[in-house]
Amino acid sequence: MVFARSNILGTGLPCPPHVQPDELVAMRAIDGGAKRMSEPSQAPLLQLSKISKRYGGVAALDQVDFSCRGGAVHAVLGENGAGKSTLIKIISGVVRPDEGAIFLDGHHVSFATPAEATRQGIVGVFQELSLIPDLSVEANICLTSPPSRIGIVNLAAQRRFARGLLKRVGCVDVHPGELVRNLSLSRRQMVEIAKALGRKPRLIILDEATSALTGEDVNRVYDLLARLRKEGVAIVYISHRMHEIAHLADECSVFRNGRNVASFANGDHTANEIVGMMIGRDFKHVFPERRAPNRAFHSAIEIDRLSWMDRVKNVSLSIGAGEIVGLGGLDGQGQRELLLALFGVLRGVTGTVRVNGVDVAISSPRTAKSAAVGIALVPEDRKTEGLILPMSIRDNMSLASIARFVRRLVINRKSECAEIDQQVRDMAIKTTNTDAAVDTLSGGNQQKVLIAKWLMTGARILLLSDPTRGIDVGTKQEIYALIRRLADQGAAILFYTTDYAELIGCCDRVAIFYDGSVRRELRGADITEHNIISASLALEVTADGDPETPAQ
Amino acid sequence: MTLLAALRRKVDRPSLIASGAVVMLLLIGSLYSSNFVSPTYLLQQLQIGAFLGVITVGLLMVVLLGHVDLSIPWVVTMGGMMATAAGGFGQGGVALAIPFALLCGLFVGVINGIGVAFLRIPSMIFTLGVNAVVQGLVLLYTGGFAPQDRATALMHWLAVGAVFGVPSAALVWLLLLFVAAFVLRLTPLGRYIFAIGNRERATYLSGVDTRMILIFCFAASGMCSALSGVLLAGYSNMAYQAMGDPYLLPAFAGVVLGGANVLGGRGTVAGAAIGGLLVTILLSMLSVTQVPDADRRIIYGIIILVMMLIYGREARIHV
Amino acid sequence: MSNVRLWLAQNYAPILTAVVFAAMFGTYIGESSAGWKVAILDTAANNAVVLAIVAMAQTLVVITRGVDLSAGMIFIMANCIASALVVGSPGEVGLGIFGVLLAGTAAGLCNGLLVVLGRLPPIIVTLATGSIFSGIALSIRPTPGGSVNESLADFMTSDIFGAIPVSLILLLAIIVLIWVPFRMSVIGRYCYAAGSAESAAYMSGVPIGRAKLVAYTLAGLLGGIAGLFVTFVTDSGDAGASVGGTYTLNSIAAVVIGGTSLYGGVGGAIGSIFGAFTLRTIDDLLLVFRLPPLWQPLFQGFVLLCAVSLGAVRIFRLHNRLDGFQ
Repeated sequence: MVFARSNILGTGLPCPPHVQPDELVAMRAIDGGAKRMSEPSQAPLLQLSKISKRYGGVAALDQVDFSCRGGAVHAVLGENGAGKSTLIKIISGVVRPDEGAIFLDGHHVSFATPAEATRQGIVGVFQELSLIPDLSVEANICLTSPPSRIGIVNLAAQRRFARGLLKRVGCVDVHPGELVRNLSLSRRQMVEIAKALGRKPRLIILDEATSALTGEDVNRVYDLLARLRKEGVAIVYISHRMHEIAHLADECSVFRNGRNVASFANGDHTANEIVGMMIGRDFKHVFPERRAPNRAFHSAIEIDRLSWMDRVKNVSLSIGAGEIVGLGGLDGQGQRELLLALFGVLRGVTGTVRVNGVDVAISSPRTAKSAAVGIALVPEDRKTEGLILPMSIRDNMSLASIARFVRRLVINRKSECAEIDQQVRDMAIKTTNTDAAVDTLSGGNQQKVLIAKWLMTGARILLLSDPTRGIDVGTKQEIYALIRRLADQGAAILFYTTDYAELIGCCDRVAIFYDGSVRRELRGADITEHNIISASLALEVTADGDPETPAQ
Repeated sequence: MTLLAALRRKVDRPSLIASGAVVMLLLIGSLYSSNFVSPTYLLQQLQIGAFLGVITVGLLMVVLLGHVDLSIPWVVTMGGMMATAAGGFGQGGVALAIPFALLCGLFVGVINGIGVAFLRIPSMIFTLGVNAVVQGLVLLYTGGFAPQDRATALMHWLAVGAVFGVPSAALVWLLLLFVAAFVLRLTPLGRYIFAIGNRERATYLSGVDTRMILIFCFAASGMCSALSGVLLAGYSNMAYQAMGDPYLLPAFAGVVLGGANVLGGRGTVAGAAIGGLLVTILLSMLSVTQVPDADRRIIYGIIILVMMLIYGREARIHV
Repeated sequence: MSNVRLWLAQNYAPILTAVVFAAMFGTYIGESSAGWKVAILDTAANNAVVLAIVAMAQTLVVITRGVDLSAGMIFIMANCIASALVVGSPGEVGLGIFGVLLAGTAAGLCNGLLVVLGRLPPIIVTLATGSIFSGIALSIRPTPGGSVNESLADFMTSDIFGAIPVSLILLLAIIVLIWVPFRMSVIGRYCYAAGSAESAAYMSGVPIGRAKLVAYTLAGLLGGIAGLFVTFVTDSGDAGASVGGTYTLNSIAAVVIGGTSLYGGVGGAIGSIFGAFTLRTIDDLLLVFRLPPLWQPLFQGFVLLCAVSLGAVRIFRLHNRLDGFQ
């Protein structure tokens, strides 16, 4: 969970327990100080001039000019499909532009392969991890060209090299001989970054690099970026998190429809203006209005002392029809496991779950989906758990509810297609042909397909696991509005997110998790940044509002 | 949807190419002898092809899931043995011979399914082990000799008889093809099978009971193999040791030449049928033209490779 | 987590297999009426080593997430070529050996080229090439026969110092000269990477094609060595297709028993060697315990099934069902 740094430092909350004092100085350095302290070179390190790239008849990039300089963080913003990923693919050598030129240090360059770009000092850290699970951390760090003698790997040199890089990213607790498979997702991302550093980059591209990180590791990345800036490395940073960009970036470029709409120094525009540039229309509210709270509470699902291994401890929670309950807290405190337990994926779950007053035993997703229970789970990894990418949009959407269209053993295609087309219209999914494979859609539209799939089952209890991860601002808005609409229609929604702005904006209640149990429940006006953060860190708040030392 | 588009949806590229290959083979054969395009020969190929084709229908279901079934050889043998054995038990036995054999095949298939679905053992190795166990059981039962029981009259008729000139074996095959096509194209089960073959994890999270479907497909494969054993025993009027051994690799080749993707998630019933026919005709022609066994094996392998290269190869990288 | 503990955790499978094999072999020798005689050891070792080398060949391919259904056929092809070439004067014998090994390597290279350049699934490629190699074997040896240089065969199949079978020394030589350098080399690591996560490896710039080519070619070479050695044992060449098929399937079983994953990226040849030894010892044990011959195939199959199912035990400890999916 990312918390805005200035808030911590500004509101007088003590440092999070894991941060050491000199790191605090480094943190301060990022917030404004470093922008003046370091002296980045003025001449651009990389310059793209009139770059165009077409796929089929569509222009992914159209006459784009882009430049970034060493020792500065250049943020690239834009909706999905705006051209960001094509831009970084061209910079890192994965694809070649159709028109235009690339200049590195003023010299014209052209990359045939990513390896060539790497040789020139351009390294990318992308969303899809490039780590090999069955190899060790050190083997992964040195994957492409391990230190070797006559073809045999030099293990001692490799160990030294890996240790050095792990120290540089601040992860000295990771044993270099450990298999990547045994590391958490956050740790893997850090190893990925260490691997990128090992290539001695002059320009490093970070594509949504912090989305999978725990709070601690996010801090480590910020520290690392501060150090890289001092060393004169150019950083191209892509993120959908506005507060992160506000604190990290020196310069920003906004892309829309394949064009570089604006490049400016950080601070020249407000967040609202930036978002306006991104989506090309005026917008005022990110989150829909909340309904008035006085309504009779009709419990849709009651969770009573639910436990699983030591990841979920005696969680008791009740969600009413029409309510949106958020699961907050730091990453990895049991929120995901709670959702999986409610969906029947975990074995050895103890406790009771009551749906509409009736005890239910949820032993599998099939039971959870059944009419008697009516629970749906939108998993956070839509590419491998939510959707089946090679299959058509149509087949994906009806997969969970196909039994509804069966008449005398046979699927009634007409009614199936009619309902699918209706969903496509209702959710405004941008597609011309529902027979196309679902991986031809952008991330935001894929997420809409995934949500539509579960809406088609008629589930009244929706479990949403980080539904807006990696999605552009425009689609996020639509999803927030959709969630509110569904709640208004009587659905009970459990909403796990790592973005506390969403907790504040969308939820009627928020249950803050810490170490597997619900630390605190916030309701209505109590859902504030301050309360969320303090509860997340398990801080007690005294009567006069000053936080005390963390409870042990 | 226009008729042309519907047709294009139903007939995919590998099926067309395989059909073309069948035609070409026959034309080449006709240069050697006009018998190769005579109705007698073609009908005979349909009959012989049915013995292999029946197996490919079941194997296709397993391959669509992304798995393999290496227990085919001895389930075929077991099917033949059990049917002839039951047939020796008097009137009741004769009536129940074929159902009993199919039941045995079903049982073995369920075991395969449990090992793969519940124990999560890779299908290649588990079905291999099951094959060895079935072999052991059959050897134990028969004492190592060919059983003296003879095939029932029904078994014999199914294998060699004809209805209006069409071999009854081919009709059995055709019936199976229709059932398989019906399930795969028109029922939810078919959708689930393709979904599992593409990504089981996401299918499970969509609330589908993937384990039962795996068991179903392996059970189908077991039953089809046993049925083939029944037909083979009917053809020779008796069952004999290792009669299923020559059928494993051709069945697999037939399924793959019909366009099924060994990783799962793609394939058609028609393709598997045409592939099975292709392999049958190929092997038959090689045998009839008295090509030496050694050259037969070489040509068989080369043709499979050439056809796979023509089909269009995989995407560059598995994702 | 100390280095030793890490190594143990990552290598427990071959160690376990070795222990199981030792227990089984010990029982065999203990129960055998002949007791501990070097001649018995020689015979056991000769049979086991043949399968062990084929299993090593299979391991190389399985590591890259492939499977080599032609392993047994390369083996019998080498056997038949050896039965024709490895005769006569020492010079001719030397040339013959070179020819056999070259044939095996070429066969492996063919497999590799078809998989990498042809972009075809390994299971289908090796199924087809297996048929081709089997045909070549049959054309060289239409009926079992041929011979091999007697003194060399005698030497290779007996023992030295009256205690150590030469076959084991050969196996050791293969491990030291081929497997260990491969395992520790950069290209070997590329093979593991390609098997574990091919798309991630590609994105990291790992030369997957080159790695797979090396794996398949080396596998062919090992198949050639195995075929050469079995010629010394049987003193003839036999192109019967069932022999090749049996060796192929047994090699896959040995690989799995030894702890290498059929999904690629995990395991190694040492485990497969012990897996092969274990498989062979099962046969010997059955003889020693005088199980009725009719029960032997069933018992063999059952033990095989149990052995490969052992890996499934971990399934019952899975508390998150999603971990059971690939």
